Amino acid sequence: MSTAVLAHDDEHHGHSQPTGIMRWIASTNHKDIGTMYLWFSLTMFMFAGAMAMGIRAELFQPGLQFIEPLQFNRLTTLHGLIMIFGAIMPAFVGFANWQVPLMIGAPDMAFPRLNNMSFWLLIPAAILLIASIFVPGGAVAGGWTMYPPLSIQGGMSVDMSILALHIMGVSSIVGSINIITTIFNMRAPGMTLMKMPMFVWTWLITAYLLIAAMPVLAGALTMLITDRHFGTSFFNAAGGGDPVLFQHVFWFFGHPEVYIMILPAFGIISTIIPTFSRKPLFGYASMVYATAAIAILSFVVWAHHMFTTGMPVAGQLFFMYSTMLIAVPTGVKVFNWVATMWRGSMTFETPMLFSIAVVFLFTLGGLSGLVLSILPVDIQLQDTYYVVAHFHYVLFSGSAMAIMGGVYYWLPKWTGHMYDEKLGKLHFWMTTIAFNITFFPMHFTGLAGMPRRIPDYALQFAEFNKISSLGAFALGLSQLLFIYVVVKCIHGGAKAGASPWEGAHGLEWTVASPAPFHTFETPPIVK
Amino acid sequence: MNKRIILSLGSALMSLVSGGANAEYALNLRAPATEIAGQIYDLHMIILWVCAIIFVLVFSFMFYSIFKHRQSVGHEAAQFHENHVVEIVWTIIPAVILIAMAFPATKTIFAMKDTSAADMSVKITGMQWKWQYDYLDQGVQFISTLSTPEDQIHNKAEKGENYLLEVDNPMVVPINKKVRLLITAKDVIHAWWIPEFGVKQDAIPGFIKEAWIKVDKPGVYRGQCAELCGQAHGYMPIVVEAVEEEKYNIWVASQKEAAALANAGADREWTKDELIAGGKVVYEKNCAVCHQANGAGMPPAFPAISGSKIALGAIFGPDGKYLPDSHIDRLLNGKGVMPSWKAILNDVEIASVITYTRQALGNSAVVDSIVQPAQIKASR
Repeated sequence: MSTAVLAHDDEHHGHSQPTGIMRWIASTNHKDIGTMYLWFSLTMFMFAGAMAMGIRAELFQPGLQFIEPLQFNRLTTLHGLIMIFGAIMPAFVGFANWQVPLMIGAPDMAFPRLNNMSFWLLIPAAILLIASIFVPGGAVAGGWTMYPPLSIQGGMSVDMSILALHIMGVSSIVGSINIITTIFNMRAPGMTLMKMPMFVWTWLITAYLLIAAMPVLAGALTMLITDRHFGTSFFNAAGGGDPVLFQHVFWFFGHPEVYIMILPAFGIISTIIPTFSRKPLFGYASMVYATAAIAILSFVVWAHHMFTTGMPVAGQLFFMYSTMLIAVPTGVKVFNWVATMWRGSMTFETPMLFSIAVVFLFTLGGLSGLVLSILPVDIQLQDTYYVVAHFHYVLFSGSAMAIMGGVYYWLPKWTGHMYDEKLGKLHFWMTTIAFNITFFPMHFTGLAGMPRRIPDYALQFAEFNKISSLGAFALGLSQLLFIYVVVKCIHGGAKAGASPWEGAHGLEWTVASPAPFHTFETPPIVK
Repeated sequence: MNKRIILSLGSALMSLVSGGANAEYALNLRAPATEIAGQIYDLHMIILWVCAIIFVLVFSFMFYSIFKHRQSVGHEAAQFHENHVVEIVWTIIPAVILIAMAFPATKTIFAMKDTSAADMSVKITGMQWKWQYDYLDQGVQFISTLSTPEDQIHNKAEKGENYLLEVDNPMVVPINKKVRLLITAKDVIHAWWIPEFGVKQDAIPGFIKEAWIKVDKPGVYRGQCAELCGQAHGYMPIVVEAVEEEKYNIWVASQKEAAALANAGADREWTKDELIAGGKVVYEKNCAVCHQANGAGMPPAFPAISGSKIALGAIFGPDGKYLPDSHIDRLLNGKGVMPSWKAILNDVEIASVITYTRQALGNSAVVDSIVQPAQIKASR
C-alpha cells in the first residue's frame, strides 16, 4: 500500500467503520477476520469432539451398545473431516490473520476483501457438511479419505461433502495467495526475509503447500463426482480405471496436507519457547531450511499411505526411503527447540507448558511415524489403531495443543486482559494427562491387531479400549474448561500491557493491548 | 555378566508381552508363525529400541534443562543462538542411523514380494461382508462368513472366546508349504490380513494382487478385514487353519464331497418346509445384515422384504423363463448395491431363500409360492 493511500486512510479514520452485524459480515480487517476464524474453529472443534465422545462411548466395551455400525462409520468420518477442515486448518488461518500483519509491521493483509471472502466461504461449506447428516442415507460414512468404490456407493451426502470440500479448498487457496502476497510485499522496511519471525516463515511455506495441494484434492473429488453421476470410470476397473488411482491423487494432496497442519504449529512453538526461555531461537537459519526441506520432501512420500495396495518393489523402496528421510529435518527442529531451552532462564506459564508438551509428545508421534515408515512393519500396522495413535499424537498434541498454547500466548494481545493463569495451567494438565490416557494404549491395541474404523472388537482388546474411552471422556470435559478460560478472559481479567511476556520480542508487542483496530498505518523501521 | 542379565531380562519381558491371541494388555506384535512375520517382528524391535534410545536421550537433555535452567533457581539466560558443528553432527547421525535401518528393511521387502515357486495357490475374494476362498487347483470353493451369533453382538448372550474372530468355513492350508494368495474383491476395497503371518494385502475390485505364506506351525490364526468397506467392515474376520499335509488332503476331499452333495440338490423335489427352514438359515447369514432379520430393511438404501412387490409378485413369464426385475433376477444378477448371488450361493441356497422370503417375514406369496433348486439351475 502506498503512503498516499495510507495518508488518505488517516484522514478518514473512524467514520466509515461499520458497527453491529455488518462489522463482521463486511469486515476487511485482519483482526476481526482472525477472530471469526478462531471462533469458527472452536465451534467446529467442540462439534467434532462430540462425535469423538460418541465413538469412544460405543468403544467403551465390546458389543454394540448405543450406535449401529453404519452410524458409527458416519461419526468417524465426520469427526475426521470436521477436525481437519473445520477446526485445525481454520484455527491456523485465524492465527495467520491476526499475527502475520502485526509481526511484519503491515497495516492489514494485501487483499482485505479477498480475506473476507475466504472466511465467509467456510460458512456455506460447514452448513453443507452438517446438513448432510439429515439427508436420506445420512452423512458420509466412508472415512474422511473417501476411497472409491465405497464412496461411489454412498448417497447424497457424498455429493454434499464433496461440494463442501471444494468450497473450503477455494477458501484455502485464495487465503494462501493473500498470505504470500502480504509477506513478500508488505514487510516493514528493514525486515529482510531472514529477519522475519519464524511463525511468518512457517506460514509462508504452508501457503505454498496449500496452493500446490488443494487443487489436487479438487481434482480427486471432481473425478469422484463424475464417476458417481456422469458416467466416467476413473476408479472403476470395468471401465478401464483403477480404484487405486484415487488413492494416489488423494494422498498426493493428503500428505502435504498433514504438513500444512503442522508447520504453523512449529511456528507457534518457535515463538513461544524463545520467549519463555528468554533466549533467541537456536539455529534460526537451519529452522528455515529444515521447514523448507520438510515442505519439499512432503511431495514425494505420499504412497506410504498405500503400502498395502500391492505396488511394485521399486515403488515400495522409493517411498520407504523418502519417508524415512523426512525424519531428518524434523529431528533437526526438535533438537533446535531443546537447544533454545538449554541454558535459558525459563518460566513455565501456560503457553510454555503447552509448548514443552508439544515438543515432547509430537516427537513421540513422529517416532511412531518412523516405525510406520519401515514398510514391512507398516504391513502389520496399516489400518490399525497404531496409526490412529500416531496421527493423534502429531495432530492433537502437535497441532491442537500448539493452537491452545498460541491462544494463551496471544490472548492478552487480542483482548487486553491476562487470562486466569491458575485455570490455564489446570486446563493444560487435564488435557495432557487425559490425552495420553486416551491415545497411548492405542499403540498397543494396534500392535495386538485391532483394525481401525470398527464399532466392535474382539475380547482381547477390551481392557485398553476401556482405558482409552475413560481418557477420552476426561479429555472432552477438559476442553469445556478451555472455553471458560477464553470467555472469562474476553470479559475481564488483569490488565495486559503492550508486552506482558518478559522475554517476548517482535513487532506485535510494540502495539497496545488489545491491539487497536488499525495498527502500523505508518510502517515501523526494523533495524 | 550385566549384559547377559539385561539381555535375558529383556527377552523374558518380550516373550511375556507377545502372549497368545487372548492376552489382554498385550504390548507387542503377535508371536510370528511364518519366517516373514518373524523378520517383521525383529525389524520392529530394532526400530523400537532405536526410537526409545533417541527419545530418552533427547528428553533427558530437555528435562535436565527444565530443572536447572529456570529463572526460579536464579539461572541467567545464555544468549548463544547457533553452533554449526553441533548442528551438522545432529543432522548426520540420524541420517546414518536411518540408512542403517533401511538395509534389513529392504531385504524383507524383496522376500515379501517373491511369490515364485509356490506349492499351491488360493484365490481370495473379498466382498461385502464375507470372504470367498477358491482353491484353483482343487476345484474347491466356499464362502467364509462371521459365525458369532447376533445375540452376542447385541449383548443378549455372553460373548464367546473368539467373539468376532470366528467363521463358519475357515481357510485351511498345509504347514511348511508355500501358498500363493491371489487376492481380489467383488465390490469395494477390502484387505486380507492375518497378523501372525505378516501378510496384509488390499483386495481391489477388478485387480488381482499376489501375496504368499509359508506357515511354520499348525494352529488356528485369526485376522480381520483391514480396509473400511461399509457398515459390516468389523464383522468379516479371516480364520486360517494350518494343519499337517495329511489332514489338509483329507479336508480337501471332504470339501469336494460336500460340494457335490450340494450341487445334487437340483436333482430332486424339495418340500415347502425344507425350503423355508433352509432359507431362514441362508437369509440370516447373508441377507439380514442389510434387509434386517425381520425383513423391514433400511429404506431407501435397503428395501423392505415384507410386503415387497418382488417377493409377492410373479417370477416366471408365460415362456417359463424368469421375468426381468423378478425375485430370481434380483438374486442371480443383483442390482446396484444388491450383489449378484450367482457365484456365492448354490441352487439349493438360492431356491430356499427365495421361498423363505416369499413365505415368511410377513409375506405369503400366492403366485410362484415356492421355487425348486432345479428351477434355479435352469435359470443360470
